[in-house]
Order: sequence, then structure tokens, then C-alpha cells
Amino acid sequence: MLKYILKRLVMLIPVIMVTSFLIFWAMSLTGGDPALMLAGDNAKPEQIEQIREELGLNDPFIVRYGNYMKGMITGDMGQSYVTKRDVFKTFMERLPNTLMLGGAAVLIAVVVSLPLGIYTAIHQNTWKDTAGMIFALFGTSMPNFWLGLMLIILFSLKLGLFPTGGKGGLDSLVLPAVTVGFGLAALITRTTRSSMLDVLRQDYMTTARAKGCSEKQVITVHGLKNALIPIITAIGLQMSLVITGSVLAETVFSWPGIGRLVYDSISKRDVPMVTGAIIMCSILMCVINLVVDLIYAFFDPRIKAQYSKKG
Amino acid sequence: MGQASDIKNQYKKRTLFQETWRRLVKNRGAMLGLGFLVLLVLAAALSPVIFNYEVDVIGQNMQDRLMGPCAAHWFGTDEYGRDLFARVVYGARYSLIIGVGSVMLGLIVGTILGSQAGFHGGITDSIIMRGIDIFYSIPNIMTAVVIVSLLGPSTVNLMIALAFSCASSFARIVRASVMTIRDQEYVESSYAMGLPTWKIIVKHILPNCLSPIIVQITLLIGTTIISASSLSFLGIGVPAPAPEWGALLSAGRGHIRDASYMCIIPGLAIMFTVLALNLLGDGLRDALDPKLKK
Repeated sequence: MLKYILKRLVMLIPVIMVTSFLIFWAMSLTGGDPALMLAGDNAKPEQIEQIREELGLNDPFIVRYGNYMKGMITGDMGQSYVTKRDVFKTFMERLPNTLMLGGAAVLIAVVVSLPLGIYTAIHQNTWKDTAGMIFALFGTSMPNFWLGLMLIILFSLKLGLFPTGGKGGLDSLVLPAVTVGFGLAALITRTTRSSMLDVLRQDYMTTARAKGCSEKQVITVHGLKNALIPIITAIGLQMSLVITGSVLAETVFSWPGIGRLVYDSISKRDVPMVTGAIIMCSILMCVINLVVDLIYAFFDPRIKAQYSKKG
Repeated sequence: MGQASDIKNQYKKRTLFQETWRRLVKNRGAMLGLGFLVLLVLAAALSPVIFNYEVDVIGQNMQDRLMGPCAAHWFGTDEYGRDLFARVVYGARYSLIIGVGSVMLGLIVGTILGSQAGFHGGITDSIIMRGIDIFYSIPNIMTAVVIVSLLGPSTVNLMIALAFSCASSFARIVRASVMTIRDQEYVESSYAMGLPTWKIIVKHILPNCLSPIIVQITLLIGTTIISASSLSFLGIGVPAPAPEWGALLSAGRGHIRDASYMCIIPGLAIMFTVLALNLLGDGLRDALDPKLKK
């Protein structure tokens, strides 16, 4: 198992190399001349040239990329043009906020959607099922940033229950987390329902009932445990949705996370910040995918056995 | 003999289209979605006839600014006194064109990549699919941000940016279908007859993977409309003053306290459009492959 994890971590290296190369290349083509931006409007040509030399902007592209990667290993991804602060440090300061928002969103989504998915599957083809599926359909059809705006109008402006934005106590987390979690909840509800429907038809469910298990035991122990793998896959696949949702929700709610950092950096044309943040985001996604794969193993001994063999 | 021809007459051969349509008509949700979409497409197509773009859609009229929904302005007016109804209806053109355009662009690229990967297997497959995996590891919105900042904000560039994520999704579906079909006898026989590879793929393989592709097209147009509006909301989509729905929401956000209808209405337009596409997509999936229906 440990060998497998190590192997996967090593396999991340080429992925990170290629991704960072593409992003670095694309971003180096945009945003005009960084030296001009740093020097300000009244700079003399010699000053601009000096900055260019200091930043290594006169080097060929491949050398610049090499230096960037060398820096990245030691946690040095350059300086922001706007705030003059270290890119890596700024990203790391913001990361916990986004992880907190994403984590809360996934938690809300799972708490709502697992019971709802199971409930609709058990009551297939009744009005309860239809109502649950209509909820899921609306959830997948709604742009989540719009849901965020609607929640602000209702819960902050009309009812005054939650703050409209910013990061304060736990109450400031509720609306952003619901915003990100709602669409996710809808998707997981659909997956849970169809996965449970598959399992409910299996013979071992009848056997469990025949053995005298209570209906609750049959559903949770025999049913849900076997239905979980496709559900975890669905949650894992939607992690990119959580990141995307966070970018938008952070903008709507002025939540100081990575999404807002990227948004602010784009509007200020802060190329090193955008490049660094996007590269770090893709590394984050790779790590999340790895964690999801390991969670499979935790829930399914068959997959665990496979990993051990491979490792 | 007579009996055989009777049966033949009774069960007339139906094409895939007829058979699907027959099943689709029975699905109320899908029909509702289709009806809404037909109306929306008509409204979008006719909007240049109904509204004068320069006057009704982008022309400013400051004495009417921020009027709530009323008889003269069904959806109210925005901060420049522009009629929101005209802007929302005209905005359908942007959302539909971007949605359909990016998905079609993604379909072409994805089908080429996916069919090559699935048909040839081996090293071609590895290279293409690893490339797509790497692409998948970057959140869609970040990819779009990079591409739009590289090419500059415009409707066409937004479409290209969104087409990227559609392409990877189509490539996976086409590859999976091609892999199940490529070993069938009829493919082998056309190979034996000396047909060139591209012809085998286009004539014999792709028509047999149509069902999952059609369903995916419908569902992806919805997702793409949401992504496009998200990017416009962030200010990197369709440039102002074009009334794209995401841009309308972005403008409405500034007036969330004094004119909340500016936030509510464009969002409803997006939601109902995507809802209609999802209903139709789900209906098509059931109609094209009744085995999947649960």
C-alpha cells in the first residue's frame, strides 16, 4: 500500500512538470512587459532595462522556465507585481480558507444528499422520489454564483440572519458553503439514488432480509456499503467543481481564499501571482485525486488488494 | 407468405430517429424542455427584428434608471435605464451561440482525438489520454482563465476556452465507444476490403457511437452556458455592453440592495434554459437507450 502511494506520488512529477510548463508558457505570453509594470510610468529606459536584467526577462524562455521550476522546489515562485509579496507565501496563507470552504461544502453536500439519495431510491416511482429528483434537477441547473446572490438577498438582506460577506465567525461560512455545496449535493443525490437502485435489486439484499436483519440494517449495512464506491467516485470527480465553485463563491461573498486571490490578480494583471496560483491549484487537484483513490481502497477491500499487488 | 408480409407491414422499419422520437414524445419532462428551448431559440432568432439593438438593448436612458418591473418594462430597467426584458431576450443569443458553438467545436476536436485513441490503441492512446488526464487536473475555470487572458476577452475566444473542456469530455466518451466497436466483424470486414482508416471510423464506427454523443451534447450545452455566464460574471467573458446573462448578473450584483430584480431575473433565465436542456438530455438518454432507464 505504502509502495503504491509512493509510486503515485512519483507519477505526479511529470504531470506537474507538463502542467506548469503549459501554464507558465501561456501566462508568459500575456500581460505585456512586466518590467514596464514594475518600473511605473516615470521610469527611464535604463531603469527598465535593469529590472529586466534582475528578473531574468532577457533570458531565453526555456532558461526562465528552468529557473522558475528550480525556485518552485524551494517554495520560491517569485514576487507579486502588485503587492510585492512572495507568491508562494500568499498562496499558502489563503489556502486554509479555501480548504475550509470546500470542506464545509462537501460536508453539507454529503449530509444532505446521502440520506436523500437513499430515501428516493427506496421510494422509487412515488411522489417522494419525484420531489427529490426535481430538487436534484434544479440543483444541477442553477449557476452557483447566482444561488449565492439569492441566498444573500433572502438570508442577509431580508432576514438578516447571516453576514453578506467577508470572513468572520462560523456564521460567515454558512452561506458560501451552501452556495458551493448545493450543486454538489444535487449530483451526489442522483448518483446515490441510481447506485442504491442497483444494489437494492441484488440477491444478497433478499438474503439479508431472510436472515432476519431489520430493514434499517439491510439498507445501511448491506446496501449503502456496497453502493458507496460509485458515490465516492462521483464526489472525487466533482472536486474540480468544488474548486470552480469556490472561485465564484469567494468572489460573491468576498471570502479571502484562493479563488478571490486569482480573481483579484487577474483584474490587476498580476502575472506571477496568477501563474503561481493556477500551478498550485493543479497540484492541489492532483493530490485530491490521489486522496480520493486511497479512500476507495479504504471502502473496498477488493481495490485495496489490487493496489497491494500492483505496489 | 401472406402472413409474413402482414407482419412486415405491421412492424414497419423505423429509423433510429423515428424510434427515438416515438419514445421521447411520451416523456413529459423532455417535451416540456424541448418546448421551452424551441420558444427560446425563436425569441433569440427574432430578437433583432423585435428590438433595435442600438436603442432598446444598449441605448442609455437615464431618466428611467432602476425602475422595478412594471407594465412598460416587464423586467424593470438597469442602472443606465436600459430595458431588462430586451436585454435578457437579446442575451439568449449570446448564451445559445456560445453554448452551442463551444460544444460543437469541442465535439469536433474531441471526436478526432477520442476516435484516434480508441481505434489505434497502444502508444497513440497513451499519449492522447495522458494529455487529456493532465488537462483534467486543472480546474476548468482556471483553464478558461488562462486561455481568455492569452487570447483576450471576446465572444469567440470565450468559445475556444470553453471548447477545451468539452473536447476532453467528448474524447473520453468517443474513445470508450470506439473501443467496444472496433473489434466487431463489420469493422474487420471493411478493413479487409481495404478501406482507409479514416473512412472506417467515419462511416462504420462513429454512427454506432451516436447515442452517448447526442446525450452528452445536450447536457454539455447546459453546463457550458453556466460556465460562460460564470466567466462573464468574473469579468473575463463577453465584453460590455453586450447583454450576456452572466454579465447582466455581474451588473445586478452592484444593485443587490436597491434593485434585487436585476440579480434575480437573468439568473432565472440561465436556470430555466439549463433546466430545459437537462430535461431534454435525460429524456434523450432514456429514449436512445431504454436499458439505462431506471
